Amino acid sequence: MTERTRAPDQHAGDEAETFVYLCTSCPLGCRLEVDAMDGDVIEVRGHSCKRGIKYGTQEHSDPRRAVSTTVWLHGGPCERLPVRAAEPVPKAQVREFVRSLSGLVVEAPVAFGAVLATDVAGTGIDLIATREIVAEREREPVG
Amino acid sequence: MPITSQPRHLLSRYDVTVVGAGPAGLSAAVAAREQGAERILMVDRDPEPGGILLQCIHSGFGLHEFKQDVTGPEYAHLALERVIEQDVDVLTNTYVTDVTRDLRVKLMSPEAGISTLDTGSLVIATGARERTRAAIKIPGERPAGVMTAGLAQKMVNLHGYLPGRRAVILGSGDIGLIMARRLTLEGVQVLGVFELLPFASGLGRNVVQCLQDFDIPLHLSTTVVDIHGHQRVERIAVAPVDDDLVPQLDKSWDIECDTLLLSIGLIPDAELARQLQLNLDPRTGGPVVTSTMETSLPGVFAAGNNLHINDLADWVSQEARAAGAAAGDVALGRHRARQDVTVTPGRNVAYVVPHTLSTERSQTVSFRVKQPIYGDTMLHLGDAHKRKVRAVVPPEMVTMKVSPKLLDGFAGDTLRVDAIPVEEEES
Ligand code: SF4
Repeated sequence: MTERTRAPDQHAGDEAETFVYLCTSCPLGCRLEVDAMDGDVIEVRGHSCKRGIKYGTQEHSDPRRAVSTTVWLHGGPCERLPVRAAEPVPKAQVREFVRSLSGLVVEAPVAFGAVLATDVAGTGIDLIATREIVAEREREPVG
Repeated sequence: MPITSQPRHLLSRYDVTVVGAGPAGLSAAVAAREQGAERILMVDRDPEPGGILLQCIHSGFGLHEFKQDVTGPEYAHLALERVIEQDVDVLTNTYVTDVTRDLRVKLMSPEAGISTLDTGSLVIATGARERTRAAIKIPGERPAGVMTAGLAQKMVNLHGYLPGRRAVILGSGDIGLIMARRLTLEGVQVLGVFELLPFASGLGRNVVQCLQDFDIPLHLSTTVVDIHGHQRVERIAVAPVDDDLVPQLDKSWDIECDTLLLSIGLIPDAELARQLQLNLDPRTGGPVVTSTMETSLPGVFAAGNNLHINDLADWVSQEARAAGAAAGDVALGRHRARQDVTVTPGRNVAYVVPHTLSTERSQTVSFRVKQPIYGDTMLHLGDAHKRKVRAVVPPEMVTMKVSPKLLDGFAGDTLRVDAIPVEEEES
């Protein structure tokens, strides 16, 4: 993500490189060094617990992010409806995922967790509503 | 589902009245009901319950409270479901205009007009306000385009307006970091985040996922020293600060931008607390409370960000559960737990909540450290308890569960809370 250095000589003679990541699994924020060759993780160093190994391996080989954004809402209590990707999106496709939604308009009512779009930006990932919007007539006045 | 428990008729007397329907209010109302209080009213000024959660569309909520990683609106929904299962009157679009020390509550809403009711106990769950430009006295002109990060978040996430085209963010609190990503994804150019302190005040996860992922620079030990613009912000000046946090103006540089977002901290909304003349803690800005979150005025409780600024909604829900349950007990005339131990912040601790503990019941002590310790750290609660943790940082609240057994023999004492690197302890 940020730094990228040649591996020290113990991996000499091959293409191993060292990548540096900040482990975000706990506040300690260990600086992880991930040795990788041809995309395969060989070793993770710098972790203080084993969660760091898992994080470093995942972050190097297939970084994914939870994605949430908003889309236009008609007939609701506000103009935007909060939505999220049903599962983590590959990091490189996050912008595309969000931008592809710019023309989407959703009509109230909206059920909690309703699927609003499928295979967003070709990721194979669904878009779901994170807020319930009830129909206007169900907004009862106080008697 | 939301709103469907609007009351048909307001009662003239409630057992427990909860002001604010954010995470604290929602949780307090359920706890009061579960404790056996029957007539419970929850009031919120917004059109729907949920509070600030509704504009916090990002994930990272609920891991403790709901055992799943959810977004703010989802957290609000799950918390509201628990309220709806109970019989709680929820009154939205409603302001509490006045509360007297004998617990008469005056309300105002378009539907119910102006009403007055009596309450057995009151839970203040009004949340926090954002610090503004005035709080840190940034010099310069006063053009449009300078706003708090939370206001921008509301504009973007609820109403669909972008605050500008080229934005700079002052302060690396979580809201600022999250807005840096949010604005970038919406097509705004975010030119950088500037932080006065030598470390980010938001969570490490947010620095990575909101800034590094989008190549947004984070300038530590740097602050905004001037704002230029006639109608609208045209340019700001930033400068590094020295060890005493004094800006070095000879090293300043200009940035052309049309928007400056401020993410420079939250302060408890203490309006009701002041009106009720509650004792306030100058460290938190919120009321002084007992282990059940009862303030200096018996029958009045506080929970959530108007008590102290929390880092996670989950902690707010937990704290408010204690407050709501005790508010229910008080309304029903039950015995109050003895408050016989005092707690006070010690080494490297900015504040501690609550301010007293009870040898009669279990409780949670929450505090914030002043300086980060990246390594094994010993937390002390006087001589009563100590616990080792891996690291402590100011953005993350630290909590300690305290059972009556731990406090055995400490009745009448004052316990100091310290957070010390383990090496220093041993030396
Ligand atoms: S490696 Fe373990 S200790 Fe280090 S930051 Fe990650 S989770 Fe925390």
